[in-house]
Amino acid sequence: MALGLESNLGDTVITTNLDFVVNWGRQYSLWPFIYGTACCAIEFMSAAASQHDVSRFGAEVVRFSPRQADLLLVCGTITYKQAPVLKRIYEQMPDPKWVLAVGACASSGGIYNNYCTVQGIDTIIPVDIYVSGCPPRPETILDALIRLQDQIKGESVLKDRHKDFKGILD
Amino acid sequence: MNTTALEKIQAAFPDATCKIALDSVVLDVLPEDLEKTLSRLKKDEEFNCGLLVDVTAIDYLDYPQKPKTRFTVVYTLRNWEKALLVQVRTPVADPEVGVPTATHLWGAALWGEREVYDQYGIHFEGHPDLRRILNHWQFKGHPLRKDYPIEKRQICYETDSMEKEIRARLDKKGVDDETLNDINTEVMFLNLGPSHPATHGAIRILTALDGETIIANVNEIGYLHRGFEKNSEKMTYNQIIPMTDRLNYCSSMMNNIAYVKAIESWMGITITQRAQFMRVVLSEFYRVLDHLVCLSAAFVDIGGLTGYWYLYNEKEAAYDFISRLCGARLTSTFTRVGGMYRDFYDGWQKDLEFHIKSIEKGIDDALTLIATNRILHDRTQGVCVISGATALNYGVTGPCLRASGVPYDLRKDAPYYNYESFDFEVPVGSTGDVYDRFMIRFFEIKESIKIIRQAMKNIPGGPINIADNQVILPAKDDVYNNIEGLANHFKLVIEGVKTPPGEWYDAFEAANGELGFHFVSDGSGKPYKLKVRPPCFYTMGSFHKMVEGSMIADAVINLSCINIIGGELDR
Repeated sequence: MALGLESNLGDTVITTNLDFVVNWGRQYSLWPFIYGTACCAIEFMSAAASQHDVSRFGAEVVRFSPRQADLLLVCGTITYKQAPVLKRIYEQMPDPKWVLAVGACASSGGIYNNYCTVQGIDTIIPVDIYVSGCPPRPETILDALIRLQDQIKGESVLKDRHKDFKGILD
Repeated sequence: MNTTALEKIQAAFPDATCKIALDSVVLDVLPEDLEKTLSRLKKDEEFNCGLLVDVTAIDYLDYPQKPKTRFTVVYTLRNWEKALLVQVRTPVADPEVGVPTATHLWGAALWGEREVYDQYGIHFEGHPDLRRILNHWQFKGHPLRKDYPIEKRQICYETDSMEKEIRARLDKKGVDDETLNDINTEVMFLNLGPSHPATHGAIRILTALDGETIIANVNEIGYLHRGFEKNSEKMTYNQIIPMTDRLNYCSSMMNNIAYVKAIESWMGITITQRAQFMRVVLSEFYRVLDHLVCLSAAFVDIGGLTGYWYLYNEKEAAYDFISRLCGARLTSTFTRVGGMYRDFYDGWQKDLEFHIKSIEKGIDDALTLIATNRILHDRTQGVCVISGATALNYGVTGPCLRASGVPYDLRKDAPYYNYESFDFEVPVGSTGDVYDRFMIRFFEIKESIKIIRQAMKNIPGGPINIADNQVILPAKDDVYNNIEGLANHFKLVIEGVKTPPGEWYDAFEAANGELGFHFVSDGSGKPYKLKVRPPCFYTMGSFHKMVEGSMIADAVINLSCINIIGGELDR
């Protein structure tokens, strides 16, 4: 999250104004990485297609390299077999980064309460917004995006959001 | 037909016990006769079962009428030309010793037997590559055994390197260690996936490259294995319908229909004519949608984004149309055992015609872009060819098989729901390359639209559900006002629809090919065992046959045109 300036400036009026500018930039130019595994990915396709048009919210530059993205959309069920892959992708993304758990499976395992399904991706990586639905409608995904933008508005370059996160694979 | 088939098979295999279960002839053979029986069924001209539909096992640990041995392995075979379906069952005395493999007879057994090994821990003597396929390599135990607790989760800390497998494959292709170490032959290993834009889900494709040419390829699946089969053993038959939505989520309604059709056939239920026509209309409409998703994604992979917009916008509009019918865009859950959830709404026919028209326009627009497009032709023709014989041997069905020139289509070869009375063609490809697999879907969409129009013209009125309250929930009026209705409702919700004990296999022509359900019922309202025969699984099993010798970029477009859907592939 940090920019390097704050070590000299600390929590001063310059940093808080800097927060405002940086957050304004960040919230309207999210570059999503789609970790699409199942049904929810199809609904993301709809959210990205012309009718719902995710570009109205500045998040249309879908990247397929985690190194070029700052928003991880986990669309679909995550199994234990996939968990190390997901974690590695998350780690490859540069800071600052945000995670949307799209749909019931990513949020909680959904209807799959069994031996192979991870019961929510927040046991592996930190999650910022949970999106309900099985699968969520495209409007719900857009709504989550707006909520995330609101959240980003309140963030500060001084704070590391998920410094203390520990998942089952850590 | 089946009685003659039964007599014929009984005469050919006097030592085996033969019986009929639904459409299939079931043979019980001893393990030592298994190899002989399978190979005769395949090679004998009289039977000629060229298609190994599925391999599975049954664990009888909790079954009320226990046989002598705990495990039984079942091979399901088909001679599609004669509509002959045969199941060969053999008891497994010791899972560690197992049964002899059938991989020398059918390529499909390579993955089919691996799945049985993974899920049930049954060894296949002589299988060249027997390892886990759906569960991760650090997994201990076998989840579909009845004594494996459903909630016993096992964490995977690291992905499998698969180095051994790719080296074995290279060795088989004649590239040994000496060649690999030779300074002039640089073999590069390239890993596509599990998370890669071209994989449309989570599949891992590991290739060994000579320049850009793939010399060896191995694939790993199971990244979306979410335990459908284990979960369904805990649910009543009607509760499983929402889970079937999530098998092939691009054509959820077809899974719903295929699933309830399998149960209804076993229970001997004939659904009403109106429900049959509704199912035909809806499954053909979903076939169109499934092909639209496949084609639009393939357009993206080929680099023709315009085609994506032409096709995907129609599909997007159709989703809203479907949500008017069943309340959800993607996950329909529209069937029930014995009928449908709701009738069509007023004005459905007009809306349907509107959407069909715009889909036709989208298709024609997309076709004008590509029909005489030299770039597309050069890119796809003669690329990743698979012959009809190889495809059949690997258990490929549906459009991918028909693209290779084999006109196998269950709607023609074993018709259900009056398909024999509809006027439609089965498009067939000539070479089995990417171009054929791509174009065949355009033609199938046109044929499906033809069927929809005919069905909507002739659809009769009347009830959509059968009148039996042991199967279909009684009207709310009855539930609130008389005790019999209340009792029926209660029993159906709590205990589920009761099926007669037994085992059966029933198949359906889904958008991707033969979608089959193998049930074992103990007479209760929940399936004792439910195995899905997903068309994708066997298509993916033949992937290396298509791409070896082609370029790496061809593998990408090949993957998009065989339409692999993770939910169905890994269940």
